[in-house]
Amino acid sequence: MAVCRSTTAISLSRNPNFSTTNPKPSLSFLPPPCLKLPSILPSFKPLTSQSPPDQRLSIPRATAADSATPTTTSTTFFHGHCYVVGDNIDTDQIIPAEYLTLVPSKPDEYEKLGSYALIGLPATYKTRFIEANQTKTKYSIVIGGENFGCGSSREHAPVALGAAGVAAVVAESYARIFFRNSVATGEIYPLESEVRICEECKTGDLITIELMESKLINHTSGKEYKLKPIGDAGPVIEAGGIFAYARMTGMIPSQAP
Amino acid sequence: MLTSRYLQVYLLAMKQVDKDILSVMASSIISPPSASFIVKKKELGSSAFSSSSSPSPFSVPKCNKSAAKKIVSAMAPQQAERMPATTGSVKTAMTLTEKIFARASEKPRLSPGDNVWVNVDTLMTHDISGPGSIGIFKREFGPDAKVWDREKVVIIPDHYIFTADKLANRNVDILRDFCNDQNIKYFYDIKDLGNFKANPDYKGVCHVALAQEGHCRPGEVLLGTDSHTCTAAAFGQFATGIGNTDAGFVLGTGKLLLKVPPTLKFIMDGEMPDYLLAKDLILQIIGEISVAGATYKSMEFAGTTVESLTMEERMTLCNMVIEAGGKNGVVPADSTTFKYLEDKTTIPYEPVYSDAQARQVFLTEYRFDITKLEPLVAKSIYLCSLNSPDNRALARECKDVKIDRVYIGSCTGGKTEDFMAVAKVFLACGKKVKVPTFLVPATRKVWMDLYTLPVPGSGGKTCSQIFEEAGCDTPASPTCGACMGGPRDTYARMNKAVVCVSTTNRNFPGRMGHKEGQVYLASPYTAAASALTGFVTDPREFLQ
Repeated sequence: MAVCRSTTAISLSRNPNFSTTNPKPSLSFLPPPCLKLPSILPSFKPLTSQSPPDQRLSIPRATAADSATPTTTSTTFFHGHCYVVGDNIDTDQIIPAEYLTLVPSKPDEYEKLGSYALIGLPATYKTRFIEANQTKTKYSIVIGGENFGCGSSREHAPVALGAAGVAAVVAESYARIFFRNSVATGEIYPLESEVRICEECKTGDLITIELMESKLINHTSGKEYKLKPIGDAGPVIEAGGIFAYARMTGMIPSQAP
Repeated sequence: MLTSRYLQVYLLAMKQVDKDILSVMASSIISPPSASFIVKKKELGSSAFSSSSSPSPFSVPKCNKSAAKKIVSAMAPQQAERMPATTGSVKTAMTLTEKIFARASEKPRLSPGDNVWVNVDTLMTHDISGPGSIGIFKREFGPDAKVWDREKVVIIPDHYIFTADKLANRNVDILRDFCNDQNIKYFYDIKDLGNFKANPDYKGVCHVALAQEGHCRPGEVLLGTDSHTCTAAAFGQFATGIGNTDAGFVLGTGKLLLKVPPTLKFIMDGEMPDYLLAKDLILQIIGEISVAGATYKSMEFAGTTVESLTMEERMTLCNMVIEAGGKNGVVPADSTTFKYLEDKTTIPYEPVYSDAQARQVFLTEYRFDITKLEPLVAKSIYLCSLNSPDNRALARECKDVKIDRVYIGSCTGGKTEDFMAVAKVFLACGKKVKVPTFLVPATRKVWMDLYTLPVPGSGGKTCSQIFEEAGCDTPASPTCGACMGGPRDTYARMNKAVVCVSTTNRNFPGRMGHKEGQVYLASPYTAAASALTGFVTDPREFLQ
């Protein structure tokens, strides 16, 4: 996938930001014209309960496993089953504090963090996010209400979700540090819905998110929803996180050998 | 509560409404009739937001909490590009936070919504997020890379210290190795876990240690890998929490890309009643605006009440800015600040202040008459609704809530003055506590104060003596402790589903360890009063 590496493609005078909202949709971010996007969506195999985490085009992730500069591929869609949560899902519920002794930059501990994702949800959530004896989730999309990720600045929160197999979160709104951490790490793609889809979708529904059209399709209910454009965080996400973005824009030198 | 819900709906509704209509609401005064209010346009000089549209009425019920007079001036939310006034004059007034951003990004002026690379004055990290940040720093800048400035990185182990958990202990070792490699100037190390005093450098809770060691200075940019880094707002600086990846970036470059937040102004006037503390003030505010009411915004505190607060009380106030979703808080530096800093730092600093004519650049202004407020708790309601710092109630309304324990500690409520406040209530009562009462001083200095400083009106007794006479647990080693649960063997961790009144900052499900546990956030006065009765108790039972 060719990516325009010219620094003029994303100029610093229109700096990316970590805003969750783009108050004027008419000014929403459009990908720079030189970014090539795939014209054909790849096919994906039918999902079964044993299937690996759901399909999506690879998002570059600044995970512990990556030592080289992530390839800057362009994400156009997510597809998979959703797990629905409510408002104010705080970082203690996403990854309880007792697991914070795990260091996300260590590969084995990164995986362990993933296995504890959303384990802090109260017993009112009848369906487990990760099955007993599993370390990955079968839900690659999390749908939430307001103020998702509130509470602590712990980066372990988006990391745990990403390590568990979550590709994207669609929430009504985000707490800022969580949103920022999601963008900086590239672990999960943080999207905002226009309406409270957490009240219209159910855990297990089959979902497709089409980024270019800012659309979420619930195949199970047959409904479609508009999503808010990612806004100025787009270039950072597309680049693969804050480091990749800073390299691409010449803010820091290329990866040390 | 009702008001906060309506305010939430109102603020959400604002997003949907045509911005042109909203722009006329610049600096309007809303009088609080019971059912609805009409927004009136206040007279201003050349406002950046003047428009010819007529005002739109919005319904917001009057604040139903006591008789607190609340005037809310609503303004149009700031856009990324601020339109100049029709006269063509360029607006130059900036808020305190904007000025800090301008200086830190070396720009003459900027506006909310601008994204700028700021120079960081201090980066703080601790044992929870330090190892991950270090890992990212090494991965991205190379295993032999050096931090941008060995004197501007402050590393403070404080969270999971006094535990047998091997990973927790290892994380402190990782910090030590890094500090040795990098020759980090400020590393408050601990090796002997059995006796914290045997460690010459160990301090304790990072946010309190930062202040006590003189790392907080007006006008500066302080970033920390902890959401309560906003505590340092008490010093008139920009201070906010960041994650490991951002911290790794700062370690290598000394810069970070930040977006300039608009500022909400909270004006608190009136003499502080002797049963209220700063904790009550911030619980009031969070209850008014909700846990997302200040998301992406700066919270500036002003007014005669704020000016009368000590530095530690200002720290308590600013500590919970994050609980309202705030990006940062700020208390303008004054003589109280300068006096506090006199013996703590020799590094020159330059305070900045919001422009006098910057009234129109505050997004929203809230006013509180403090004399009308009462002690509050943030309620913990399990199952049906949500444990949340914005679920606020009057302490006296909760007097039938039986409790199992009281916890005094954390960056929010574990400072010397917090313990003094607890001692004052015990002294006034003269009896023993009815429930286990855990005391965890935030830092070694606080711990020392408990054993050395005389409590006013006690005839020379120290806090520790008063606590002992009241039947509390012995003050523990300074650390964050059970505020966020921690490893299973953490002192005072909630390992069963019990009800706790706590001077800490969060009460989401499982916060102190057990998912079904209930945590009532309260001021030190309220916590002490509750310990004495075994129920949630308004401190006026003992203080008046």
